[in-house]
Amino acid sequence: MPEDQIHLKGAPLLEIRNLKIEATVYPPDEDPHDITIVDGVSLTLHKGKVLGLIGESGAGKSTIGLSPMAYGRGGVRITGGEVIVNGRDILKGGNRKVRRLRGREVCYVAQSAAAAFNPAHRLMDQVVEATLKHGISSRREAEARAVELFRKLSLPDPENIGKRYPHQVSGGQLQRVMTAMALCSEPDLIIFDEPTTALDVTTQIDVLAAIKEAIAATGVAALYITHDLAVVAQVSDEIMVLRHGKTVEWGDTRQIIDQPRETYTQQLVAAHHVEHDEHAPEGTPLLSVKNITAAYGGGHINVLKNVTVDIRPGQTLAVVGESGSGKSTLARAITGLLPPKEGTITFDGRELPARLADRKREDLRELQMIYQMADVAMNPRQTVATIIGRPLEFYFNLPGAERDRRVNELLEKIEMGRGFADRYPAELSGGQKQRVCIARALAADPKLIICDEVTSALDPLVANGILKLLLELQKQEQVSYLFITHDIATVRAIADSIAVMYRGEVVRYGPKSKVLEPPYDDYTQLLLSSVPEMEIGWLEKAISGRRMAAAGN
Amino acid sequence: MGAHPVLTLIAQRIALGFLLLLAVSVLIFLGTEILPGDVAQSILGQAATPQALENLRRELGLNEPAYIRYFTWLGGVLTGDLGTALSNRMDIASSIWPRLKNTLFLAFWAAIVSVPLAILLGLVAVRYRNGFVDKTISGLALSATSLPEFFIGYVLMYFFAVRLGWFPSVSTVYDTMPFADRMRAIALPATALTLVVLAHMMRMTRAAILNVMQSAYIETAELKGLSLFEIIRKHAFPNAIAPIVNVVMLNLAFLVVGVVVIEVIFVYPGMGQYLVDHVSKRDVPVVQAVGLIFAAVYIGLNLIADIVAILANPRLRHRR
Repeated sequence: MPEDQIHLKGAPLLEIRNLKIEATVYPPDEDPHDITIVDGVSLTLHKGKVLGLIGESGAGKSTIGLSPMAYGRGGVRITGGEVIVNGRDILKGGNRKVRRLRGREVCYVAQSAAAAFNPAHRLMDQVVEATLKHGISSRREAEARAVELFRKLSLPDPENIGKRYPHQVSGGQLQRVMTAMALCSEPDLIIFDEPTTALDVTTQIDVLAAIKEAIAATGVAALYITHDLAVVAQVSDEIMVLRHGKTVEWGDTRQIIDQPRETYTQQLVAAHHVEHDEHAPEGTPLLSVKNITAAYGGGHINVLKNVTVDIRPGQTLAVVGESGSGKSTLARAITGLLPPKEGTITFDGRELPARLADRKREDLRELQMIYQMADVAMNPRQTVATIIGRPLEFYFNLPGAERDRRVNELLEKIEMGRGFADRYPAELSGGQKQRVCIARALAADPKLIICDEVTSALDPLVANGILKLLLELQKQEQVSYLFITHDIATVRAIADSIAVMYRGEVVRYGPKSKVLEPPYDDYTQLLLSSVPEMEIGWLEKAISGRRMAAAGN
Repeated sequence: MGAHPVLTLIAQRIALGFLLLLAVSVLIFLGTEILPGDVAQSILGQAATPQALENLRRELGLNEPAYIRYFTWLGGVLTGDLGTALSNRMDIASSIWPRLKNTLFLAFWAAIVSVPLAILLGLVAVRYRNGFVDKTISGLALSATSLPEFFIGYVLMYFFAVRLGWFPSVSTVYDTMPFADRMRAIALPATALTLVVLAHMMRMTRAAILNVMQSAYIETAELKGLSLFEIIRKHAFPNAIAPIVNVVMLNLAFLVVGVVVIEVIFVYPGMGQYLVDHVSKRDVPVVQAVGLIFAAVYIGLNLIADIVAILANPRLRHRR
């Protein structure tokens, strides 16, 4: 059939039929074999519409998202089905035809724009590259269009920002430049692959609004991939829920968030229901941080300024703020990794030496840490039993049998059976790895655990499980948490008291109920109003609320 | 506004290079100092009378303390006076200069052939990664490197000089030699040197570019519809310059400093042969002078590699 006959009015821009995607895996003790990543997924997308693809990591969202460019990331192969773009099956026709489609009919916006831009070239050269490559317009026209897009995406100094190199521009701005790059060649379809996930919540809202406006203004169709249902609800006309490479539910955005039909979708919509009653700040604090000021390097720029917070036994202090606010630096100061310039840290009635090297083994034991990236916080060549057993040997000198008994006890506490003891970290899922890290911290029988963004890298449902586990363990062991996060929903779920940090200072501090109750200071107001809510039209409301606030100032 | 940070950085590197060269000069001096034997004795031989020895020692300044002799030597070097050879009483500077020119001439032509060839082969190997072309290139280059250079030298000599008679087997050159004859003379040693350094540079180019090819921005380029060779040339190569220049400089240094064996085989009148001649005669001032020149070449080329790496880094070139 000739192309022009298929390309009738009303024919979809993108049609995926029965897509099957496979990859070859090389597990450590087995022969390499093929696994199916995506199985039997079908979808259609019309001109100018936005379809949200949502699911946990491993659901196949990105893999499906890249199929309209006939691209398989990391050795992934499209082995079945049809992907029809503008009336032709792009899986047939070979490399040359696919290259003509990429960057011209379909463009891509990656999760981390910071990594997706080539550090060696100026932004403008990269933005117009695809347009020039495909001979869509002259350099002069392409650059004029790029500047126009920079303006549309509210980038500062649109005339000159293209002359900069990627490292000279902030993450939120880079993400918008990447959107401009995708729009520059006037494609029919853009694939947004988690474009706001790596951004701070206060930046995310601006980028989200910019993307939405750009889509509306250019009439481009989009596949919007994310794991955050509240985000996708703001930009999509329709949503497809994916799990294990299969379609769970596909429908209108309103139907998916208001009346989800499938159980899994209902769980996603209802995420973040963790029961926790706030404890009043009574009794002597377990940890008292007083007037801490700390700096990196030569000590010219203070990254912590006069920070004072308390943590009470068996309670949780949540430290919340965006990246660069000094949250993790506070943790480094408390653990002694970054000795503060001024101020004192009192722990369990005694003042802790500022430097890690001066602290006693007992101080180290009672203060443990859990990190964001569980997989790099464990030795990949040690089994789970060795990892959890190490603190038992180091702090308590437990002999072999005794140690093994305690390791099994701890494994039960983190709701993982004995079968896991002999596994290696690579054989565990993200949530399981984080559980092992929790068990390792517990093995030292600590009084305080510092949790640094421990759920940020996890899918919402898995993160929920981890939070529940942490609260349950707190009840059993009376351990205190210093919980560092940028996620307000997490804070709401588990905190007893909250410290809001901004540019190295604590701007708001007190019991949870007081901190999360008006009247707010400006920054807390901004932070709280930036958290996406699962409500259609939230984005417009939040943006106009902000503009009003800005006009009032 | 102070100076551009890149200029400060480069100035620091250059200062560091000079400091290093100074440290090396101390080491060279000390090294020859602790060698057993007495220079005067080795000049005059076992039959020398004590009086003659004493006279020579005074004449050579050997009775002065070591540090005074070091500064005298260093002062000479800085003013272009490398001293006098013990074995033939000739001025070292004037006898080294033509030989250094010869060595640099050979190194230059070997580099002109080997560096672009190695980088090109590296790029081609990446383009056809893990395929037949890649494996052939790597295999040939690695076997050329694995063979000892004297063996390569003799094989070339046997086939191209003895059997085919295309090139002379002895690469004697002299000052008034016409350029074409000179090129014919160095053809075989330059080929041998190229074969020795090619594989290292080629493999490192390949590895450096493959490393960059893992980056997310390569995927971005692929998704713009660029062909693989365009991606390698425009997106991978500019980010791989620093490691490539590093290994190229290391090999250029080898071309100047490591040619001893090749020069001896082809009887080429360069620095290497000069060094070997005088080491066997225990001619300490010559060994010191040649050692210092070799060190300067090494440090200078590595300095260039450092500066190129600094200039190739946009983060350093353009401030936030």
